[in-house]
Amino acid sequence: MAAITPRSMFEKIWDNHTVAKDENSGEALLFVDRLILTDTSSFHAFDHLRAASYPVRHPKKIFGEPDHFAASRGATLADVADEERRTLVHALGENCAEFGLTHFGLGDPRMGISHVVAPEQGITLPGLFLLCGDSHTSTHGALGALAFGIGGQTAHIMATQCIWQRPLKNMRVSVEGLRAPGVTAKDVILAIINRLGPAGGFGHVIEYAGSAIRAMSVEERLTVCNMSIEAGARSGMIAPDETTIAYIQGRPFAPFGEQWDKAVAYWKTLPSDEDTRFDHELTLDASTLSPMVSWGNTAADVVPVTGHVPDPATESNTDRRSSMERALDYMGLKPGTAMRDLTVDQVFIGSCTNGRIEDLRAAAAVVTKARGQKARVPALVVPGSGLVKAQAEREGLDRIFKAAGFDWGHPGCSMCVGTNGDTVAAGKRCVSTSNRNFVGRQGAGSRTHLASPATAAASALTGRVTDVREFMQGDI
Amino acid sequence: MQPFTQLTAIAAPYDRLNVDTDQILPARFLLKRRTDPQYPTYLFRDLRLNADSTESPDFVLNHPAYRAAQIFVGNANFGGGSSREAAAIAFDRYGIRCVIAVNFGDIFYNNCVKNGILPVRLSDATTAAIRNQLHAKPGSTLTVDLPAQNVTDTEGHQHPFEIDGFSKSCLIEGASQIDLTLRRLPEIEAFEQRYRAAMSWA
Ligand code: SF4
Repeated sequence: MAAITPRSMFEKIWDNHTVAKDENSGEALLFVDRLILTDTSSFHAFDHLRAASYPVRHPKKIFGEPDHFAASRGATLADVADEERRTLVHALGENCAEFGLTHFGLGDPRMGISHVVAPEQGITLPGLFLLCGDSHTSTHGALGALAFGIGGQTAHIMATQCIWQRPLKNMRVSVEGLRAPGVTAKDVILAIINRLGPAGGFGHVIEYAGSAIRAMSVEERLTVCNMSIEAGARSGMIAPDETTIAYIQGRPFAPFGEQWDKAVAYWKTLPSDEDTRFDHELTLDASTLSPMVSWGNTAADVVPVTGHVPDPATESNTDRRSSMERALDYMGLKPGTAMRDLTVDQVFIGSCTNGRIEDLRAAAAVVTKARGQKARVPALVVPGSGLVKAQAEREGLDRIFKAAGFDWGHPGCSMCVGTNGDTVAAGKRCVSTSNRNFVGRQGAGSRTHLASPATAAASALTGRVTDVREFMQGDI
Repeated sequence: MQPFTQLTAIAAPYDRLNVDTDQILPARFLLKRRTDPQYPTYLFRDLRLNADSTESPDFVLNHPAYRAAQIFVGNANFGGGSSREAAAIAFDRYGIRCVIAVNFGDIFYNNCVKNGILPVRLSDATTAAIRNQLHAKPGSTLTVDLPAQNVTDTEGHQHPFEIDGFSKSCLIEGASQIDLTLRRLPEIEAFEQRYRAAMSWA
């Protein structure tokens, strides 16, 4: 065994799923362990299966999770915004039933955003290869799975349980040291994307490593991996460790008994071998990071909350300069303005990036600190799943939010993308805990500033972009 | 799916750079099924129609000479942006069987193949030359030969192109990628057996 080439975790999982290779194209046929279907476009795939009479090869490995159209204002199908979207949500359930797939439909207490629900249910496990049509499928890599978004390959996977893929490159991003108070996992990943640029991860799988990542909870790791795609990477992943194993144990779809022991023994073989060569390496010092907030239209366009809107005039690359100018124009920003001088029109706390229980606790903690202060602007809090909502309500977080004038919504993607009807109006400025600040992302003309749940809650309370550390005086 | 071998057809030239999938199929039509009889009208909808729903005479597919085009000749970075399969479906439903461009968005390229549309990559200079020929003689035809991997322009010059073997065989046979993969069923089954034994917990 001694002379074996060291492999990264990504390569180990890839090799373990390789069914065949195509010599001509260099692509590998990979076996898929889990496929998640959302409500947006999976109907094309089912139509395709029916038209060609293909059976679904492994119905038990496929999960239907309506999330994009789920209403924030109510939990039933009747609450979904319009007839067309109701039809699609309903069709997903019908299609899942017809083909024998597991479905967490509206009204099921386990429903929610796919990337929140699957880890929560133990559907996502280390060493698995998991796919979903949605680009933020990279989230699941936080548990040591290989996971990414696929375009229109859903029917192919349902019929063959396999997918053709070109090999990807390996990148390692190491974050070392201790985070300062107020600096969250969201701030860490925004800082990483800022360093890599919006296309810096193109063609790569990013493995996040280092002491600051090891010290993170699984929920924080999910936040980090979720945004890998915003650096252009195909996927993000974190080696499973004791934290991961403890998180998974006892979850409904996780293995148990003898199978559990077998699984854990396998998971321990997954971390990248010591001498693995990565195609690209980046190291960050966590202790130098601050709470971050975005100013532009990619997640790489971020500055510390204490910073200023950058000046395109100082940018020597002409393409970059004109894209900055366009972003500032769209965002209605002037170079040199202090981020903390920006007034905010509304706040959104939720999404597959930051809609988990720890995120809601962090936001509620800021509200509690503000002692009776009310939100100055409309603020919507949307739990990532029904179980997150129930847990938050057991802990009284909903009452904390409501007492401060925040709206408490029903689980789903909601204002992250606005496809359920909850949008940010044109020209309005929204501090959002989601992952994308593209032109029109939260509604035509919407101006999104990405930030952590703590920063978002603080900004709701003051009505301007706020350094959450202002609320932490006396804590340190 | 209709097999793709040789095609001689009217080609429509479109010079614009960075035609993303949102221009090809605006997001509001994402919820439409491919069997929708109106689908062909959704292709490039916001470029083809003015705000008052009248046809914009400037858009290439509204030009009488190009209405029956089956080949579309674009420019660089064609089909980038959102991963919507519906963009390829819109081309298919309109009747376009081949899209030529300098380069394509990855997912759009695959979605074309999946929907029986041949995506052809030609150099910047060649696509520009072909577009110019077409602009000069609206309604003229190109010949695309997939087995031989070349495009014959209006002046009879042949331009070779690259395509991976898997996509090529799917298109030539008119087989779906699913059919081709299912031919490997014995390999898949053998894999599954090994995998189940080693990874019973999965
Ligand atoms: S929460 Fe936002 S990013 Fe996540 S799956 Fe939903 S729409 Fe996509």
